[in-house]
Amino acid sequence: MDVIIESLPQYWDGFLRTLFLAVVSGIIALVVGTLLAAARVSPVAALRGFSMAYVEVVRNTPLTIAFFFAAVVLPRLGVTFQQFEVAAIIALSAYTAAFIAEAVRSGVNSVPLGQAEAARSIGMTFGQVLSLIILPQALRTVVPPLINILIALVKNSSVAGAFFVLELFGYGKQLANDHGDAVMWVLVGVAFFYLLITVPLGYVAHQVERKVAIAR
Amino acid sequence: MFARFVVMTTQVPGDALVSLNAVNKHYGQLHVLKDINFQVRKGEVVVVIGPSGSGKSTLCRAINRLETIDDGDIAIDGKKLPEEGKELAHLRADVGMVFQSFNLFAHKTILENVTLGPIKVKGMSKAEADKDAMALLERVGVGHQAPKLPAQLSGGQQQRVAIARALAMKPKVMLFDEPTSALDPEMISEVLDVMIQLAKEGMTMIVVTHEMGFARKAADRVVFMADGQIVEDATPEQFFTNPQSSRAKDFLSKLLTH
Repeated sequence: MDVIIESLPQYWDGFLRTLFLAVVSGIIALVVGTLLAAARVSPVAALRGFSMAYVEVVRNTPLTIAFFFAAVVLPRLGVTFQQFEVAAIIALSAYTAAFIAEAVRSGVNSVPLGQAEAARSIGMTFGQVLSLIILPQALRTVVPPLINILIALVKNSSVAGAFFVLELFGYGKQLANDHGDAVMWVLVGVAFFYLLITVPLGYVAHQVERKVAIAR
Repeated sequence: MFARFVVMTTQVPGDALVSLNAVNKHYGQLHVLKDINFQVRKGEVVVVIGPSGSGKSTLCRAINRLETIDDGDIAIDGKKLPEEGKELAHLRADVGMVFQSFNLFAHKTILENVTLGPIKVKGMSKAEADKDAMALLERVGVGHQAPKLPAQLSGGQQQRVAIARALAMKPKVMLFDEPTSALDPEMISEVLDVMIQLAKEGMTMIVVTHEMGFARKAADRVVFMADGQIVEDATPEQFFTNPQSSRAKDFLSKLLTH
């Protein structure tokens, strides 16, 4: 156990980096995922096709491949980064956006068709129908699955540790190397700091679910 | 172009506000609208009746392009219905629509339901939209419900709000797609009263309904549809007392005996 106490500065640094990766990628993924979902239900066939292809490809390939593309392939194509964090954020948000798009789309489908018809019949454009009528109602059903996706994102960010980003898992590997006799405690410490992010997220999901239940 | 209009004696096609010419629509194999020619003049109240599956709802929904058509054309106030996009949205703002299932925005208050269109589509100020909306809600008898959510209102009240929501856009024509079919009997009259009042004030209305009382009281014309075709187009007086086709006679006899 001592190893956790004496490595607290590393843990803390890793924790903050994991949190940073998760928050930034989460926000980008929410925006991109919602746009992908909007494209998926739009009247423009090309947008629908693009969104569908993107979601199918990204959702059905391992995250490691997304990281590999962002960290290795993109720089070879001339897109270089000062820090590997940027590559990690690109990979995580591109990957998570596909899942968010699917969750939002299912939420959009849960809103009765009549809501969109009524909105269109008073002259709203597609964008207005979506942003003013459909998405606010879809949000209620989408929050629990979205939180699940965000929890997965927090844990998925550990892959960044294998791509030269010193986040929680990266530090975990380093500490495990340095303290070969206390690997178990090192990992318990890593797990604890992940829980510090994911458990509150789950709690938020629970609260939102309760609130929505009352509002219905 | 109007040579087909032999049955339509009450028409003056020249000043049609709503005009359908040779409109066809299929659902797969099913031919739901068969070569529909149909004109509505400004200020006219047209009731569309017919057995279920006759295409009357589809006709109503095609007029603001909630249903697309296969061929033919539809024009509102001389302007052809455009394809999907901003232009279509503008045109829809001129065509009020009232649905069977009300379709009030579930997450908005009654007042917001009515003001949303004027504010977001017409760019009206909130204060002005609120004032207009309150006047409309008072007019349909639900002014005191303004701060509530739709789910807290009865069906009849919700439908009257839906009428107010459509009127708030100051439409040129109002479409009613079976507005009372989802209502309990005692709520039907409160909605019909609002519609009759609207008709008296000179609103152009196309009403798909099973309420023959409304047709007799408020309609200028009754259009009878069966199997995707307009079978009769007459005044209520003519239609109810002296229907021409056997389809209409059959339909009316079923109504009267039950």
